[in-house]
Amino acid sequence: MIFSFDLLINAIVSGILIGAFYAAVTSGITISFGILDIVNIAHPAFIILGSYVAYIVNATFGLDPIITAIIATPAFYALGAGIYQIYYVSFEKRGEESMRGLAFFFGLMFITEVTLVLYFGVDYRYVEAPYIGPTLHFASLDIPLRILVPCLVSLLLITVLQLMLTRTFIGRAIMAVAQDQLALKLMAIDPIRIKRIAFGISIASASLAGAFLIIIQPVEPSVGREYIGRVFAICVLGGMGSLPGTVIAAMLVGIVESLTSTFYGPSWAPAVSFGFLLLTLAVRPAGLLGR
Amino acid sequence: MRSGLFLLVCLIVGGSVFAVALELGNDYYFFAGYVVLQYIVLATAWNILGGYCGYVNFGSAAFFALGAYSTVAVHRLAPVPIPVLVAIGGVVSGVVGFGMGYLTLRLRGAFFAIATLALAVVLQTLIVNWDFVGGSRGAYIVRPESIAPFGSYIRYLFLIMMLLAVGSITVARLIERSRLGYGFATIRDDEQAAEASGVPTLRLKLIATTISGALMGCAGAPFPYYIGYLQPSSAFGLDYAVNSIAMPLIGGTTSWVGPLIGAILLGSLQQIATVTISSAVNLLIVGFLLVGFVIVAPNGIIGLVQKYIRHRPVEPVGRRPVSADAPEVAP
Repeated sequence: MIFSFDLLINAIVSGILIGAFYAAVTSGITISFGILDIVNIAHPAFIILGSYVAYIVNATFGLDPIITAIIATPAFYALGAGIYQIYYVSFEKRGEESMRGLAFFFGLMFITEVTLVLYFGVDYRYVEAPYIGPTLHFASLDIPLRILVPCLVSLLLITVLQLMLTRTFIGRAIMAVAQDQLALKLMAIDPIRIKRIAFGISIASASLAGAFLIIIQPVEPSVGREYIGRVFAICVLGGMGSLPGTVIAAMLVGIVESLTSTFYGPSWAPAVSFGFLLLTLAVRPAGLLGR
Repeated sequence: MRSGLFLLVCLIVGGSVFAVALELGNDYYFFAGYVVLQYIVLATAWNILGGYCGYVNFGSAAFFALGAYSTVAVHRLAPVPIPVLVAIGGVVSGVVGFGMGYLTLRLRGAFFAIATLALAVVLQTLIVNWDFVGGSRGAYIVRPESIAPFGSYIRYLFLIMMLLAVGSITVARLIERSRLGYGFATIRDDEQAAEASGVPTLRLKLIATTISGALMGCAGAPFPYYIGYLQPSSAFGLDYAVNSIAMPLIGGTTSWVGPLIGAILLGSLQQIATVTISSAVNLLIVGFLLVGFVIVAPNGIIGLVQKYIRHRPVEPVGRRPVSADAPEVAP
């Protein structure tokens, strides 16, 4: 393929934009896996669930997918809190989270995917919104609004999450529960309650991420599987539990993926995140901004 | 029971199952039985790493597909008898398992699990892009109509899978009762303590990953002949991944009996449900069974049976059991 400067710039910019979206997708994993140490491999399945909620509401009422997602966050929060409660009682309390907890989340992922297939089939679904379609042009640079809008809202979401984690009482308690549960108990805070809230927030973020996903690309139930490797690669690369690290890692993965699909073909893109994951685990397991 | 004797008993049981299926005279039983046997191999293989060492492998489908696709690749180069293909599939999957394990097993168990999940996606990408084995279009393998002493070809495939199932169960039982098995158990129970006591944990984990991966590859090798037309989405099907986890966890993970029971029960249930209901619904049933069992019965069916035997009420000698609503008798 002939090397072209325009192509390179376009690939890098779209990589950064997609990277911001990846950061939003990963933020939930950063909270559940990075901070709470709960290996929620079902997270991408909840993101797909979020996409379908946005799709259903958009198809029946014509409501904007992002607004739908914001309205749906309390329901997702409740779902997350409920799942954590089951997880805590059945696995964490008994000390069996390593194997059976993983199998539990795997089962949840599987049930979600198969249920969606049963109801909606394997057809690709998409949403309608005014910003899907038009493209901004700066010189030779093309920025489709359908990627720019989710990118900006993603950055907003991450900023809000970061402020919440560092400035509010609950947020600081969540950071503390990752470090020392017993100390939290001594401060008369129930660590289980804090973890339940944090896990609820992580699933609530999946509602928004799902809406972004279906704005950016058409969705069918098994799309979530492509994101498993990606989100965990980003989470590990970003240093487990650091939101700024997640953003940097997500943009890095986004850029490399975008370059790969521009210069080698889009079908190779899924291999990129796996390479990142293996490389990070082998060379620097603590990640870029690891503690 | 000595291992030689055990193998003999297994072979006799396997032989009689084959004889009964022959007696029934309907090739459908061979087609259905093949799938159940294939799941016995996959579940037993998964359990060697998952049940004995406590490391969860979500990539069973990837190892299975590796075996299947090495058959396709070799088949395109030269016609080779199936037992050789099984060996090749086993070697390929074993090597990949070793490599994956080497990169990820030094870290916490969760990383290995995540890497295996991603492995399936990446291998599928590779296969889809590799035109030599058919790429996304898939590959045809023409199954011969019949083969010399067995009659129809499916009987031959059934027999091969039966031998593989017997072989993997024997290997699993052998491991369980050897130094290797005790080493695996120490890793499962407390890896740090094992490491501190001088157990070479990394080496043992690598051995387990390699054996487990190789057996899965063996199970996948005859698959192209069974299905006739292999495409990436069927070889990497999520049902292999979920079944090979669900079967041992539902049966019980600590001994070779668990995966065997789980595979026979779930495998036959799915064969019946696929015919009578639909294949998507039966996958949903497996998902719910998996989640239900890990929450309610963490030790699977074996655990339930053991609990029942231990807690069976022993009737006191010389006294009638008093039912709850029996009237109180004043002394």
